[in-house]
Amino acid sequence: MDLSAINPTLLLASLMVAATPLLLAAIGELVVERAGVLNLGVEGMMITGAICGFAIAVNTGSPVLGLVAAAIGGAVLSLLFAALTQYALANQVASGLALTLFGLGLSALIGQGYQGIKPPSFPKADIPFLSDIPFIGGILFRHDFVVYLAIALTAAVWWALKYTRAGLVLRAVGENHDAAHALGYKVVRIRVAAICFGGACAGLGGAYISLIRVPQWTEGMTAGIGWIALALVVFASWKPWRVMLGAYLFGGLTVLQLNLQAAGVAIPVEYLAMSPYLITIIVLVIMSADKSRAPAALGRSFHASQ
Amino acid sequence: MTEILLQIDGLTKAYPGVVANADVSLTIRKGEVHALLGENGAGKSTLVKMIYGLVKPDSGQMMLRGAPYAPAQPRAARAAGVAMVFQHFSLFDALDVAENIALGMETPPPMRSLAQQIRQVSETYGLPLDPYRTVGELSAGERQRVEIIRCLLQSPQLLIMDEPTSVLTPQEVEILFETLRKLTAEGVAILYISHKLEEIRALCDAATILRLGRNVGTCVPAETKARDMAEMMVGSTLHTPERHPRAMGDVLLALDNLSQPSASAFGTSLKNITVSVQAGEILGIGGVAGNGQDELLAVLSGEMQAPAKAVQFLGQPIGQASPQARRQMGLLCAPEERLGHAAAPDMSLTENALLTGAQRQGLASRGFLKWGAARRFAEEIIARFDVRTPGPDVAARALSGGNLQKFVIGREVMQAPKVLVVNQPTWGVDAAAAAAIRQALLDLAAGGAAVLVISQDLDELMEISDRFAALNEGRLSAAKPTAGLSVDEIGLMMGGAHGMEVAHV
Amino acid sequence: MLRLEKRPQPSRLWTYLTPVLAVVLTMLCGGVLFALLGKDPVLAIRTIFWEPLFSEFAFYYRPQLLVKGAPLVLIAIGLSLGFKAGIWNIGAEGQYIIGALCGAGVALAFYPLEAAFIFPLMVLAGGLGGWAWAMIPAILKVRFGTNEILVSLMLVYVAEQLLASMSLGLLKNPQGFGFPGSRNLQQYPSAHNAELLAGTGMHWGVVAALIAVIFAYVLLNRHMLGFHIRLTGDAPRAARFAGVSPTRLVLFCLGVSGALAGLAGLFEVAGPSGVVSIDFNAGYGFTAIIVAFLGRLHPVGILLAGGLMALTYVGGDIAQSKLGLPKAAIQLFQGMLLFFLLAVDLTTNYRIRARRKEAS
Repeated sequence: MDLSAINPTLLLASLMVAATPLLLAAIGELVVERAGVLNLGVEGMMITGAICGFAIAVNTGSPVLGLVAAAIGGAVLSLLFAALTQYALANQVASGLALTLFGLGLSALIGQGYQGIKPPSFPKADIPFLSDIPFIGGILFRHDFVVYLAIALTAAVWWALKYTRAGLVLRAVGENHDAAHALGYKVVRIRVAAICFGGACAGLGGAYISLIRVPQWTEGMTAGIGWIALALVVFASWKPWRVMLGAYLFGGLTVLQLNLQAAGVAIPVEYLAMSPYLITIIVLVIMSADKSRAPAALGRSFHASQ
Repeated sequence: MTEILLQIDGLTKAYPGVVANADVSLTIRKGEVHALLGENGAGKSTLVKMIYGLVKPDSGQMMLRGAPYAPAQPRAARAAGVAMVFQHFSLFDALDVAENIALGMETPPPMRSLAQQIRQVSETYGLPLDPYRTVGELSAGERQRVEIIRCLLQSPQLLIMDEPTSVLTPQEVEILFETLRKLTAEGVAILYISHKLEEIRALCDAATILRLGRNVGTCVPAETKARDMAEMMVGSTLHTPERHPRAMGDVLLALDNLSQPSASAFGTSLKNITVSVQAGEILGIGGVAGNGQDELLAVLSGEMQAPAKAVQFLGQPIGQASPQARRQMGLLCAPEERLGHAAAPDMSLTENALLTGAQRQGLASRGFLKWGAARRFAEEIIARFDVRTPGPDVAARALSGGNLQKFVIGREVMQAPKVLVVNQPTWGVDAAAAAAIRQALLDLAAGGAAVLVISQDLDELMEISDRFAALNEGRLSAAKPTAGLSVDEIGLMMGGAHGMEVAHV
Repeated sequence: MLRLEKRPQPSRLWTYLTPVLAVVLTMLCGGVLFALLGKDPVLAIRTIFWEPLFSEFAFYYRPQLLVKGAPLVLIAIGLSLGFKAGIWNIGAEGQYIIGALCGAGVALAFYPLEAAFIFPLMVLAGGLGGWAWAMIPAILKVRFGTNEILVSLMLVYVAEQLLASMSLGLLKNPQGFGFPGSRNLQQYPSAHNAELLAGTGMHWGVVAALIAVIFAYVLLNRHMLGFHIRLTGDAPRAARFAGVSPTRLVLFCLGVSGALAGLAGLFEVAGPSGVVSIDFNAGYGFTAIIVAFLGRLHPVGILLAGGLMALTYVGGDIAQSKLGLPKAAIQLFQGMLLFFLLAVDLTTNYRIRARRKEAS
């Protein structure tokens, strides 16, 4: 065992990288849930985004195009969920599960020819001057732009929910869809838009894993990160900044766990590998005491009957 | 004659199997309070929804200020100067007052100046309200103020109010009427929906009466007898329940200093409730919605556990007993919400009969169900309570409100309870069914049972109960005999702890 | 434009028709998918749905249907009880793994002793293992109100790691020349879940699945507990009013589904699979979710749906070897089935009508 092999700068820097896919998926799901929809298909949308982004990036040679394709892929898949739950009024839990099962199958099918290929590498966006600051610069300012995009997205979602009319309407729809309908708001349309946004974010998060973090394609490579993102939204009590805090804490744990594996700690690899899931459960237990902030209409179907 | 504001001509709207409005016409003038009168299911709600753009008429036309008016959605109606205060408030519990109001406006100003405007309007019209309070924490009366202010901020020309006084104490009704008179003085017209005749006579300048979706007459309320209006509304002579003098027996159910926190975030906690009901007695519990009615029923039915001794049945502490055990003993309940609480919507009437009948009717043995017996029980309820349905295999949600309520009340009454607790027994039920249900409750008491009726309909409570108490913010006033109780006294009992403080001093 | 109109009560006809319609739609869409992959769609569909049953090699495939169908039905029956009551155990895959580990653990502890009590003891251990694993989300939900969906799912990943650890460590075959994986239980007569009738595929798991179907049928239609499960699903508040304890229902539903999933894992590890290995689990726990819905959460429906889903597994294997149809295509096919089912389910409770011209 050699703990000195763990470099704190690298550890903290890779923490931000590990947290980014989680943050993207969770911030998308937060918007969906604030609109009153529970989409359990995050895992399916992430893995679909991962392969869409990978395939396009490999074929065009442009990782940025890959990211765009991933967002589109995730959003298109989420439209299936939207059609089921918003128009066919299907149960949201079952539809979310269906989306995950479907997404896993779809990604495996598309991904057949892409195993073992290296994607085009992603340019780092070293921020001039700031990245030269010792220690801090290495941790904070030498990342690819997606890391900053995720943070910016968090800020944007926070701002939009708190200060804009669109955000207010979205929250209203998530609190009481009947009242929102009575006031003349298009509940279904707003929810479909939110679901699409969530799908695009999840797709982006998935592509971040396959294009930047790993970078490679293997079947089922998201390995439950979509589900952890769902847990993170609960952990954060549906608040954007707390989602980010949670994602970074979680990213830190993942990275630490991997570093410990690499350093050859006496704990068997399997037990280290299961730790993120166990910690998620523990966090869920701690947070489930406070249910008050959940959007009141979460998971309920809306049909304007008369 | 003042200028005509809204002219409605031959509006018709049909839903599958039911014509909600058939050829309805009415005229509203500037600055008048126009009453829209009718029983539950007469088509009042559909008519105002068409005026407010929530529902599109099948045929007929509307003219607003002489121009054709056909709002495609509420937004268009609001733009044309039509505003509406809903009966079941279209408010968002988790948002604050200002946010709620902003949602009802087309182009709300920034939050800070909106809050300023809210303060201004609320002072002008005598409706005090803090813009930054969370709506879920407000009382029913305050919530109504939010809706009214939301409407007033858009300077409407026509204000539609759907049963506005059903959530107010008599004193609060007076304040509301003051506000409405101020508005009409400014030229605003009000379309006032109600079935409470006395308040219509006190407030309204003209009335249109609907029955079964049709226009059956207009009148000037101040010059028409309440009884005549009632008969136009119902279409037949009213049947008043018969009351026989009853002998009171032992105390069957007693609540002893019951305090219970609410299970839900925006619910009401029960505080120090002490009351008892005797055999042969009907105790009426009044109060504005949301003052602890649901919680009180839950504590009595066993859905919510209370300290054992706080609830006593025949002297036995039962606060911790399960709903089944209470039914076995003879304490039965019928909650307010028919679909989803008293009955399961997608299940058949047979299954719904089993829902509470299993214990006392012996519909199960060692856990195994006796479907034949359950079906016979359902058929008996249907026959004795005149439930209009093709048979016991029909799903509960297929029944009309009145018929399902007859089934729910019948299910409990037929099990020969020693104590029956009902919440809102005739809410949303047509007059004939309401009369039948009240008669059943009276008969039950005459047979020696104790009956506890929780209701927001004061007329109903005055009609059937022997003693009256009121719930206010989770506290229950001391019970007083109904005979000789004045409206003012009732109002005070509902309006706060006044009665109690005097009693303690 | 189409418009939805709520039916006064659920349609009986459509209750039975929707699964059939979903299967037909899936076949159509699946055909298109196969065509896009450059395969003959008719041949592919025929290979999947026809060959295992009626081709000249059907004698070989038919037993396979029972082998694949039994765990699916067993797990789906358990899941359906919870799903009916709105209790979502989606971690059956994990309970399946733990059941197999516990059962195999008991067998390997006694190896090489031959005794009649070993197999029953394994069954008990398998069921208990699955039950205990499902009790984790159950108790957390009851005690802290934790979301059972997320916890049960997280536990799948934990179980997979445990499986890896076990097949590389504690349960590793000491005579396996260092390869991962346990001893083969098929070669340990006292522990082997052998075919009851040679060549039929009929093993104890199939028997257990049939018993589970009957048990669930009686429970749901004739027993108070089953009535309470259905009541909770339809109207939770009415269930509280009737006196149903949500706590007991959560413990019961998760417990039963966990135990059945554990049993399925045990029968698999002691029979068709024989070995505890890293890739022992084949996704039955997730596919069973599709089976439960396809069977409309009805025991008899689940039996039929389990058979159908087994067909796609076996037929999919044939199509894979004969036509080179990728395995993922079959997975996608199964996911599609659930999608269509949820979509057409609408017709049970709503009528679809063409929208009339709006009055102007």
